[in-house]
Amino acid sequence: MRTNSRNFYLIPYVLWIALFVVAPLLLVLYYSFFDIEGHFTLENYRKFFTPVYLKMTLSSFWYAFLITLFSLLIAYPTAFLLTKTKHKQLWLLLIILPSWINLLLKAYAFLGIFGTYGAANSFLDVMGIGGRQILFTDFSFIFVSVYIFLPFMILPIFNSLDELNPTLLDASNDLGGSSWVTFKRVIFPLTLDGVKAGCQIVFIPALSLFMLTRLIAGNRVITLGTAIEQHFLVTQDWGMGSTIAVFLIIAMVFIMVLTGRRKRGIL
Amino acid sequence: MKKLIQALAAVLIVSFVLLYIVSGLNSSQGYTSGNTLTIFNWGDYIDADLVDKFEQETGIKVIYETFDSNEAMMTKIEQGGTAYDIAVPSEYAIEKMKEEDLLLPVDHSKIPNLKYIDQRFMDLPFDPGNEYSIPYFWGTVGILYNTDILGDKKIKSWHDLWDPELKNQILLIDGAREVMGMGLNSLHYSLNDKNKDHLIEAKEKLDSLTPNIKAIVGDEIRMLMENDEAGIGVVWSGTAQELMWEKDNLEYVLPEEGSNLWFDNMVIPKTAKNPEAAHQFMNFILDPENAAQNTEYVGYSTPNKEAMKYMDEETISDERFYPDEEMTGRLEVYENLGKRMLAYYNELFLEFKMHKK
Repeated sequence: MRTNSRNFYLIPYVLWIALFVVAPLLLVLYYSFFDIEGHFTLENYRKFFTPVYLKMTLSSFWYAFLITLFSLLIAYPTAFLLTKTKHKQLWLLLIILPSWINLLLKAYAFLGIFGTYGAANSFLDVMGIGGRQILFTDFSFIFVSVYIFLPFMILPIFNSLDELNPTLLDASNDLGGSSWVTFKRVIFPLTLDGVKAGCQIVFIPALSLFMLTRLIAGNRVITLGTAIEQHFLVTQDWGMGSTIAVFLIIAMVFIMVLTGRRKRGIL
Repeated sequence: MKKLIQALAAVLIVSFVLLYIVSGLNSSQGYTSGNTLTIFNWGDYIDADLVDKFEQETGIKVIYETFDSNEAMMTKIEQGGTAYDIAVPSEYAIEKMKEEDLLLPVDHSKIPNLKYIDQRFMDLPFDPGNEYSIPYFWGTVGILYNTDILGDKKIKSWHDLWDPELKNQILLIDGAREVMGMGLNSLHYSLNDKNKDHLIEAKEKLDSLTPNIKAIVGDEIRMLMENDEAGIGVVWSGTAQELMWEKDNLEYVLPEEGSNLWFDNMVIPKTAKNPEAAHQFMNFILDPENAAQNTEYVGYSTPNKEAMKYMDEETISDERFYPDEEMTGRLEVYENLGKRMLAYYNELFLEFKMHKK
């Protein structure tokens, strides 16, 4: 009876995973083998390896890489300082707060801030640098993306830094390690898992960003996400859209394996 | 286990009670089948007072829903979740819906006001004899420019956009047909051209425009033009009219080489539950006084000849929004290119968007 009822309670989860995780993935794979008129074909896969889509893949990876890199460069020191502050939970909350606001709303706000007559340009004017085009450039795209993804990078790094046993730092100090050596040989390796988790959470969605490419980059940046959106909504070429999605899934699995391979266990 | 079943039963009972209450409320407000009309229209595309007036005159309750793209509208009608009695697609969408057998024929004898429609807007290639659709509004694609930013520079044609002095000044709509059409028109080709050499030539011509392009955006173009963000925007006539009512420094021009002419027509989807009321509503909207009121609210161009008598002289004599026959002769309606060709247009558009400055 006990195992029976336990299995019974399992049903919702199994159903959930089958319906909303496995079935959609299979559907994506299935659709990728059909052309626009519904005939079975491998043409979509051939088309993916033409210069247009390869260039798009390359640029998607490049921008996702830049976004992850800058997020990490900002997030690590921030998380490090956070663990040293007195009211760390309060500070953490303040950093996470913006992620409670809808992404689209924030994007529209940046349209105003970065505009020709926006706050950013008036500030540059006052500083004597003079106004310039900020909106619809690579800079604005990466800036806004980093701003949006930052909390997701800070959280895992903060957690792993917070869990770090302080006695290890004392030990390193006692044994004559300078603070740089302590960071390089003790702190960083021990928080690597947090860094990896953060990179995963940022890099994977950054690969398929599509709203921001239009709103903030004015379609001057084209990612695989943009192409999928167009194929599904405008061209109604679900086959090609699915094929791109299949390659995105493969890329994501690859990244998960790459960043999650070994788990260091000290302590 | 027993508790789980009890909980399930409770949920079911509550749901049924709620359903019963909803149906009771609906019938007390007149929302019973046979007495309602469900309309599916573009956002902000009707004067809401007219809907109230229609309800008062006929006693029919109107349920009003909106969509923001032809594709989204078609998907929803195909799925058939809600039974819409009237929808307002654009011409190429009507052609497609006809092909897919999603529409009911319109009975002209039930719409006497149809006689007020200008013959220019009847019997068009996308719906010969207006068997399935009745004109609602029409408009064009053109160039909206800011006289404060451009100074004395006058824009007259698509070709003027290639002026090197307009570096980083142009905003385009994110639509493959609109942008490719602009490229084709600037080379004096038809915007329904199916010749691949012509299309590639148009795409290369567009590539050479990239230094002048600031961004390719969606509906934000309205806000960006309003904030003087760019000197030039390629927009639909209604967007232009609305902005020009608000701002004096904007001008709209229909390019000399020709451009797109589009129509939004009312249709009755196959899933309609109350086609009778749908005909009544169509007739109501075509009434000259109602059509005039609607046009002054919406800002697009009306196909109703008689309605113009009730409208502002200044509005209807504006050749930019009511071009004469000579100008409309140079405008073209989008034809349904077929899926393959449309996909090719989109592919070229995607390549154009990826072209770096």
